[in-house]
Amino acid sequence: MAVIDYKANYTNVWEVDDNFYQYVEDTCKTLYIESLKDLPPDVRRALERAHEREELESGKEILSTLIKTVSTADDQKLLICQDTGIPVYFLKIGSQVRFDGIRLQQAIKKGTERATLEHPLRSSIVNTLTRKNHGTSTGNQVPVLHYEFVEGNEIEILIVPKGSGSENMSYLKMLTPAAGIEGIKKYVLECVFESGANPCPPTIVGIGLGGTADKCAALAKKAAAREVGSPNPDPDVRKLEEELYILINKMGLGAQGLGGSTTALAVHIEAADTHMTCNPVAVNMMCWPARRMRATFKSNQEPIISY
Amino acid sequence: MAHYRLKAPLSDEDILRLHAGDTVTLDGIIFGIRDANLIRLFDKKVELPADLIPQLKGSIGIHTAPGVRKLHDGTYEKISIGTTTSYRMDRFTKGLLKDYGMKVIIGKGGLLEDGSQALVDFKGCYFTIIGGSAALETTQVEAIEDVWWEDLMPEAIWKFRVKDFGPLIVSIDAHGGNKYKDVKKVAKDNLDKLLESLN
Repeated sequence: MAVIDYKANYTNVWEVDDNFYQYVEDTCKTLYIESLKDLPPDVRRALERAHEREELESGKEILSTLIKTVSTADDQKLLICQDTGIPVYFLKIGSQVRFDGIRLQQAIKKGTERATLEHPLRSSIVNTLTRKNHGTSTGNQVPVLHYEFVEGNEIEILIVPKGSGSENMSYLKMLTPAAGIEGIKKYVLECVFESGANPCPPTIVGIGLGGTADKCAALAKKAAAREVGSPNPDPDVRKLEEELYILINKMGLGAQGLGGSTTALAVHIEAADTHMTCNPVAVNMMCWPARRMRATFKSNQEPIISY
Repeated sequence: MAHYRLKAPLSDEDILRLHAGDTVTLDGIIFGIRDANLIRLFDKKVELPADLIPQLKGSIGIHTAPGVRKLHDGTYEKISIGTTTSYRMDRFTKGLLKDYGMKVIIGKGGLLEDGSQALVDFKGCYFTIIGGSAALETTQVEAIEDVWWEDLMPEAIWKFRVKDFGPLIVSIDAHGGNKYKDVKKVAKDNLDKLLESLN
């Protein structure tokens, strides 16, 4: 966090008007639907590369089925996967934007509901105790929202519909400092082994390191949502990403857990500092249809949609 | 490894021909089942609708809850039909085979020990469909022919008519063959070596 270097700059403040919230609602509807149909180019490339590299014939065939699924979704405007997931949004909020946070949250929720009812999409969200499905893909504290404040005068909203096959394969362990980096590597390998075929491999393995238990789990999710081929800028962290990528793919679980060298498309780590007694590790995997789509909002402009 | 084209109802002989590693293409009827309807059936002990029970003899089930649009005449149009992770429904496998005569379960991720054993004991097979490939599956579903327990929407029980449904992999067979187990055994050896190298 570069908070210490931050010099407040209010030369270009954007005070949003009422139209902004309607834009957010309409755009979130679009983001949810389109993210389920149109896989980001980096994930497509990663699948193509994996297909080229895979030496096990049956694994190669599975990877070609994945690629065929993506092109079928393109051609026929179909959802890639029927699991519309838990809608998760990551927001980047510029320091010079002035808005009502409650109305922003409501607009995101409304857009998510409208996508579900108007497309229609399968609603996967239920009350955790009664198991009643609300039919709207929303509910108590769903969509899940993550906020980050950045310099500038834009708001970025990234949707990550998180499929449950991979979400159910999530792990957290408070390792000891004595376990060290080797302990982190071992734990991640054990988690990937344990999850087997369930998270729809090849996955993006998202890893959170440090912080508190809750912060660590959130970092793992943020890591899993990163673009394939976007290494962590910290060289120590990047080295660990590269090592784990090689180790995981040596295990032989393969695409769909049916063998081969394509278990992970990428390994991403997000790290925070932690207590001197703590060494927290969280793992959150992203299934091969690593869906995401973002919109950037600026003053007096239509929202810009990208991956 | 052989390729088979199958259509329900299936007999014990049909099942015993299949071995882990074979591939299958399906035509005809498959039934969509999953968490909520199986919990109601086996845990809450609510009997299935009478017209459904005889249809399940020799049938093929698929672990799914589809995305659908309800039309004015009460029928359903497909939006997205794909497959969910099977281990959650593992403990219902025995009941489906023993009590209702289901012969095949289609899913992803494989079954656990109990479910795999039930396939041996009651002559059934588990077919893997590629997880996340709903776009492909959806194009192979010709119609949603019937639905039961609509109050569990989308976790109702569904009757789909499919054509050229696949690729499907016979991953757990009635002879004790299990592709997932084979891969996990190799992966465990590799894991142990990797862990050892990190010491």
